[in-house]
Amino acid sequence: MATSTLDRSAAPAAPGAAGAPNPGRRRINRTLKYVLLLFFVVVVLIPAYVLFITSFKGSSDADPSRAWFLPTTWETAGWSKAWTTLAPALGRTFALVIPAAVISATLGSINGYVLSKWRFPGANVVFTLILFGMFIPYQAVMIPLTQLMSTLGVPQGVPSLMLLHIVYGLPICTLIFRNYYESVPSELIEAARMDGAGILRTYASVIFPVSAPGFVVVLIWQFTSAWNDYLFAAFFSSGRNGPVTIALSFLAGGQLTDYAASMAGALIASVPTLIVYILLGKYFVGGLMSGSVKG
Amino acid sequence: MLKRVKHWGPGLLLLAPTIILVGVFVYWLIIENFRVSLTNQHTAKPSDKYVGFDNYTNLLADPNFQHSLWNLLILTIVFLGGTLIFGFLWAWILDKPAKGEGFFRAVYLFPMAVSFIASGVVWRWLLSSLQTDQPGGERTTGLNRLLDSVGLGFLQNDWWSNPTWGIAAIAVPAIWQLSGYVMALFLAGFRGIPEELREAARIDGCSEWKLYRHVIFPQLNPVMLSAVIIIGHMSLKLFDLIRAIVPDANTYDVQVPATMMWVKYIGSDYADAAAIGMILLVLVAIVVIPYLMYTSRAEKR
Repeated sequence: MATSTLDRSAAPAAPGAAGAPNPGRRRINRTLKYVLLLFFVVVVLIPAYVLFITSFKGSSDADPSRAWFLPTTWETAGWSKAWTTLAPALGRTFALVIPAAVISATLGSINGYVLSKWRFPGANVVFTLILFGMFIPYQAVMIPLTQLMSTLGVPQGVPSLMLLHIVYGLPICTLIFRNYYESVPSELIEAARMDGAGILRTYASVIFPVSAPGFVVVLIWQFTSAWNDYLFAAFFSSGRNGPVTIALSFLAGGQLTDYAASMAGALIASVPTLIVYILLGKYFVGGLMSGSVKG
Repeated sequence: MLKRVKHWGPGLLLLAPTIILVGVFVYWLIIENFRVSLTNQHTAKPSDKYVGFDNYTNLLADPNFQHSLWNLLILTIVFLGGTLIFGFLWAWILDKPAKGEGFFRAVYLFPMAVSFIASGVVWRWLLSSLQTDQPGGERTTGLNRLLDSVGLGFLQNDWWSNPTWGIAAIAVPAIWQLSGYVMALFLAGFRGIPEELREAARIDGCSEWKLYRHVIFPQLNPVMLSAVIIIGHMSLKLFDLIRAIVPDANTYDVQVPATMMWVKYIGSDYADAAAIGMILLVLVAIVVIPYLMYTSRAEKR
């Protein structure tokens, strides 16, 4: 998969022999390079710094002239307020995001298997039609969707959002798995077929056992995008039954904002996805890459 | 014939749930949305009276909506330009082996893991528009305060509180969030270029610039295209970030079709909301459909 292209080890040896500049100039270049890299690290981390220091500020640091400085006293009032506000929503978000990720990944795996190894006439057209579902602006279906969901009687909040994340997650899950299975040798499938194994037995005995990396990528992708979703949540839930993005937007919204609490809240709401990113960054990038359609 | 059906029938059967779900939730709902957009259902009361394309012509004639389209154009240009510049620059620096490269990559990419709603909380504060040289300026916070205290006070500005260029300020956090992603795309692209190609060009006496102009850039075209499509369609749909930074969804300065659609929905003007949704869909389709056709053809080759 695309992940491997990011591994340094996979890249060929460094250039440099041909027409190498003199060592002095090279040292200057290297210094310049690190200065640039560090400069951008600082720029990228500015928002994180502000979030962190502001979340620990109390009323004694309310003076804007101290806005960019560390707190004079480290107070945790913001954190405890944010936690009490967000805790129920955090629970709901886990309850909807985990099943949604697992179900759409499972369906995506089966779809990818069929579209890559058990093709039927017109399979490519069907695949492209499914893929288009990944790109549509959901605004273009939202009005009748609200109607449909109430006709179907799906309750607002967790059940609605779970269903929507499964359905609208299917295109990307299918895409990732299809591209992943393209790298599984077709001879394995043929051999299983020769032995008289049907489509499901072949899946269970040949495909599923080698699917773990695909599942990791898809589960991370689905977990992160459902966790970070706000659009569906805005249309299909309220502060009472909504996920953490809704709760956070209520905590931070309005004209008068408690900045300590809302910044602590933003950090709390980001912890799960950041943990995933830090622990499984390679697979996270793999999911991102597959968003560019080509495998 | 029967044998062939037996061959691909089970596959089709397994795919059926997805075909049905996508068929209903994507294609049927788009048709249904189009139908609603042709009615005069401007209140919560259902109405099936068809008015043709009146809602579209009214919207396109509405200065508010025109402004939202203009904003969308500026947003997309700035967002695309910014992410491509930073994404390319970072990938270009990091492409050559470097100590601690993994660390830099991880830092540049981390904003991708955070939701627009969470990052919007801090950007709302950073892009606060009170300035030190204004009345009440001693209450300045955010980037304006920082710029002032490092001697760059002349760079202070109103950020998003400006009807013409305010939307470009919204692109700043969007660029912050997605440049790392474009960097990852370009890095993958750089690493897909065979080293022999570079070597051959160098042996032929290619200057560094010519090497890029004639060897590297052409090889990066597909990656560039992916980046433009992905960022472009994200920009067209951008909603969360604006909601998180600007308290009132009805703020003229940063109005885009996606926020306007939300305002219409809240006001129970379903026909107009549906029409805006259709317009967004057309804009996205113009970008995405040729791309999907191009990639599916490229795959066949």
